[in-house]
Amino acid sequence: MAIMKDSGGGNDIQWCFSQVKGAVDDDVAEADIISTVEFNHSGELLATGDKGGRVVIFQQEQENKIQSHSRGEYNVYSTFQSHEPEFDYLKSLEIEEKINKIRWLPQKNAAQFLLSTNDKTIKLWKISERDKRPEGYNLKEEDGRYRDPTTVTTLRVPVFRPMDLMVEASPRRIFANAHTYHINSISINSDYETYLSADDLRINLWHLEITDRSFNIVDIKPANMEELTEVITAAEFHPNSCNTFVYSSSKGTIRLCDMRASALCDRHSKLFEEPEDPSNRSFFSEIISSISDVKFSHSGRYMMTRDYLSVKIWDLNMENRPVETYQVHEYLRSKLCSLYENDCIFDKFECCWNGSDSVVMTGSYNNFFRMFDRNTKRDITLEASRENNKPRTVLKPRKVCASGKRKKDEISVDSLDFNKKILHTAWHPKENIIAVATTNNLYIFQDKGN
Amino acid sequence: EDTQEKEGILPERAEEAKLRAKYPSLGQKPGGSDFLMKTLQQGQKYFDSGDYSMAKAKMKNKQLPSTGPDKNLVTGDHIPTPQGLPQRKSSLITSKLVG
Repeated sequence: MAIMKDSGGGNDIQWCFSQVKGAVDDDVAEADIISTVEFNHSGELLATGDKGGRVVIFQQEQENKIQSHSRGEYNVYSTFQSHEPEFDYLKSLEIEEKINKIRWLPQKNAAQFLLSTNDKTIKLWKISERDKRPEGYNLKEEDGRYRDPTTVTTLRVPVFRPMDLMVEASPRRIFANAHTYHINSISINSDYETYLSADDLRINLWHLEITDRSFNIVDIKPANMEELTEVITAAEFHPNSCNTFVYSSSKGTIRLCDMRASALCDRHSKLFEEPEDPSNRSFFSEIISSISDVKFSHSGRYMMTRDYLSVKIWDLNMENRPVETYQVHEYLRSKLCSLYENDCIFDKFECCWNGSDSVVMTGSYNNFFRMFDRNTKRDITLEASRENNKPRTVLKPRKVCASGKRKKDEISVDSLDFNKKILHTAWHPKENIIAVATTNNLYIFQDKGN
Repeated sequence: EDTQEKEGILPERAEEAKLRAKYPSLGQKPGGSDFLMKTLQQGQKYFDSGDYSMAKAKMKNKQLPSTGPDKNLVTGDHIPTPQGLPQRKSSLITSKLVG
């Protein structure tokens, strides 16, 4: 049998550097820390949110048939300040402007809509293009000043003339004051009319048109806070069933709820939990089992969860264990003490599916990110680094040496930079194009074969 | 019993032993419960004129009301003063991703 060169995380994808956005210098301003990355439904637009409350949207260039290299590049399309720092005077608390999540609405007309949220407030933004303007008013000069009506001797009909493209973002709805705790997730329903927002203890259902009311659908706050044992860490609507959603917890469980069953979905329809061998239990067990992200597959048949050390794929038809488990960085198990001391053990990594649900991706430390091919069972570790930034050069796979003799080109666990974390990644819904966020830079990689 | 053996085999247990050696006051609670309370606590407490006046008045002889069930919450070890507050930031600068 020929020995296959490790050619990529799946289906012989060869990942190449395409673009990198952001400052080069190592001194990272807090506001520039990227906090969310999301492609829209067509993949034409790519949105990022940062700790400074800003959203930047990139648009893919139309494919240039003359230059046959790769798919179009992503260039800045629009940028706006989504959230500002606020102050809750009643509780003397500052409300961070950091954008926790962005979710796109499917496109219904010429404009694009997205939901962006910080810890407390969700906003619906409309992004629209203006490429013509009316000219030839009778009562106004071109610069807007009003003409003296006595000088008007003829009438003309104003006409639209082309102008330089202007992209405008305007807030259309503000959904506020519904969350006592910090919002960690928003998810748009497949009915395209409603969406959910989840904080540590509650999940609310909103109608996109109605801002002064929301419906509480999950409430896990105990009467006595001392009895609190777990919090909600993520929530998502099923991609096809508008009555179904899931939420994950800090104890490693996922609950699937059906809104048809009752108004308050405190009782789950399904509980997904992998049984744990009690003899393996340690101080760290609960912390590392906390689920930091949950994502349905595009098909809706599976869901993926990310805990500190692994990615698990669950079949919605089987509650008692995941069908697949992939180790992201198992070598960290023997470093848990120091990872607890430097708080890294609490890092919340996200995960994502490719368009065909055959490959999953998640981030790690040292600006490494990992991909797992569900069919071939091959996995790959790649690095987001400016050192590899020659377009069309295939990225070299990385390998971490857990212990023992380090081979050439391997990196030892102790040399990993735990400040360089890749928490947010996104996969184009149709193409092999991925967006990977390091602390303050956004990398775009493409399949060489594109 | 093979628990001792397990400590050698299970890297997690070895790490736990390391942690407990460093922080003997860690207690018997599983890791995560203190973090839960910290997670829910809604951000930094800022300047509160009521707290400030109380502290300034130095209520030495009066017993302050007991802290009750909230005593596990991290509230900081001093009352903020206007001079000590970090400046409120505003990010009207364009993101460097645009540059």
